[in-house]
Amino acid sequence: MTTSTDFGREELLIVTVARLLEGCGHIAVGASSPIPGSAALLVRERSAGATKVSVLGSRKNNFFTNGGVELFDCAAQGRIDAFFLGGGQIDGQGNINLVGTGDYPTNQVRWPGCFGSSYLYFLVPRVILFREEHSRRVMVPKVDFISAPGTSPSNHYRPGGPHAMVTNLALFDFDKQKQRFRLVSVHPGHTAEEVADNTGFDYDQPENVPMTVGPDAETLALIRGPVAAEIAETYPRFAERVFPGAVAAA
Amino acid sequence: MTANRMFTTVDDLAARIPDGATVAVPPDYSGTAMALTRALVRRGAHDLHLVAVPASGLQADMLVGAGCIGTLEVAAVTMGEFGLAPRFSAAVKAGLIKLKDATCPAIHAAIQAAEKGLPFTPLRGILGADLIDHRDDWKVIDNPFNDSGEADPIVLLPAIKPDVTIFHATLADRDGNVWIGRRRELMTMAHAARQTLVTVEAITDDNLLATDETAAGTIPALYVTAVAEAKQGAWPVGFLDEYPVDEAHMAEYMQMARTEEGFAEYVARYVTAEPAAAAAE
Repeated sequence: MTTSTDFGREELLIVTVARLLEGCGHIAVGASSPIPGSAALLVRERSAGATKVSVLGSRKNNFFTNGGVELFDCAAQGRIDAFFLGGGQIDGQGNINLVGTGDYPTNQVRWPGCFGSSYLYFLVPRVILFREEHSRRVMVPKVDFISAPGTSPSNHYRPGGPHAMVTNLALFDFDKQKQRFRLVSVHPGHTAEEVADNTGFDYDQPENVPMTVGPDAETLALIRGPVAAEIAETYPRFAERVFPGAVAAA
Repeated sequence: MTANRMFTTVDDLAARIPDGATVAVPPDYSGTAMALTRALVRRGAHDLHLVAVPASGLQADMLVGAGCIGTLEVAAVTMGEFGLAPRFSAAVKAGLIKLKDATCPAIHAAIQAAEKGLPFTPLRGILGADLIDHRDDWKVIDNPFNDSGEADPIVLLPAIKPDVTIFHATLADRDGNVWIGRRRELMTMAHAARQTLVTVEAITDDNLLATDETAAGTIPALYVTAVAEAKQGAWPVGFLDEYPVDEAHMAEYMQMARTEEGFAEYVARYVTAEPAAAAAE
């Protein structure tokens, strides 16, 4: 298998996230998530019908017909295998903050709010933390507000939790026993030192950190063809920017 | 035939929402009653307890900025790609509103509890989130049906029974039945609330309950208090397949609402002046 060298940042992230979703029966994608959405659609494209995808905000690529509550009911029933969460702050224990900086409730900077994170982080087996910005203001030693905790005591009902984290710089996985991230690979053009410099918490890493492998030519063709066409339904401007010409041609 | 008294004007709907009322609203992807929201600002509503089911955008930001809100119960206030909600952020920082931060399924579940006439409902998740420390109305109990020998803590949420549910929908018929398609949260919200006030794009002479094709997506008039026709009633928020968000207007709002003075100017231009503009058409 040959790896194409001619791929963009978004295409690398799409294929990196897609590898984390292999084998999922149903992947749900939340709001404002064109890259995770594209990754989910790529997995679906290669699954011969085995993977279903629900992209929130999509009319066509969305199985939900029972209102806003269905995503959460579906997760509680164990029918969602993977979901994506982000956070204005993420700390080394996998805690995420979607509320704001400073002291609650009069936060200095107030973000939208917890959305479904305080629930889905507990119930979806593979939660992928997806946050493009990788900086010390995001990757903090301790979040100012826990919208959802990374881990829970053993007697708390929790079939789900953090599975991996993908940023502009690197891919991490999460060890629930050690309650720590582990650096898995660094994206082309970046270094392990750069990751450390931009991360405000400690994490584990192998002696030699591999480079994240980009998409092969066949995968790239799928991303730029059917995946681009499908994601354009929900995220037209993203598709136009990242796959210029591809959507019209598809 | 006597005219159906369910039908009225947008400003009359606003007049029916008393100060201090608990008002449930849907998220922007479902049908935001913005014409009615502007009417609420015009009437000088205050001390409203706004419940977003489960999130809100421009509607919450505008009501907060205009001083209409006493308590805000939300899973999120989001202007999406336009940025952070400016008047909401400012009010939070200044401590001007009482916040009841929640998570989406908690609001859905609490509304469903009211729909069933229950005082509370249990919900998984949430344990260990800081939310719970700031919600003295939420409780944690040990699952009483658990026989594992180890405690199984679970969160209990009190029912949310709105005084009023307000939203914008595509179509009503002459009997006051309202078509919502697949936006089922609107059905739950109508079931849960004491009153449901609806604005619609259009009114049809067909009876929406006459065939299964429309009846399955219709809130029967039994749950609807009053209806007002409001073309473009969600503007500038987008509305399902009917029209997209007015991006230029949203950008203008985001710019003007950065300051209290700018927001006041926005209100004078687009909210206070609206009835005159509509009459001049």
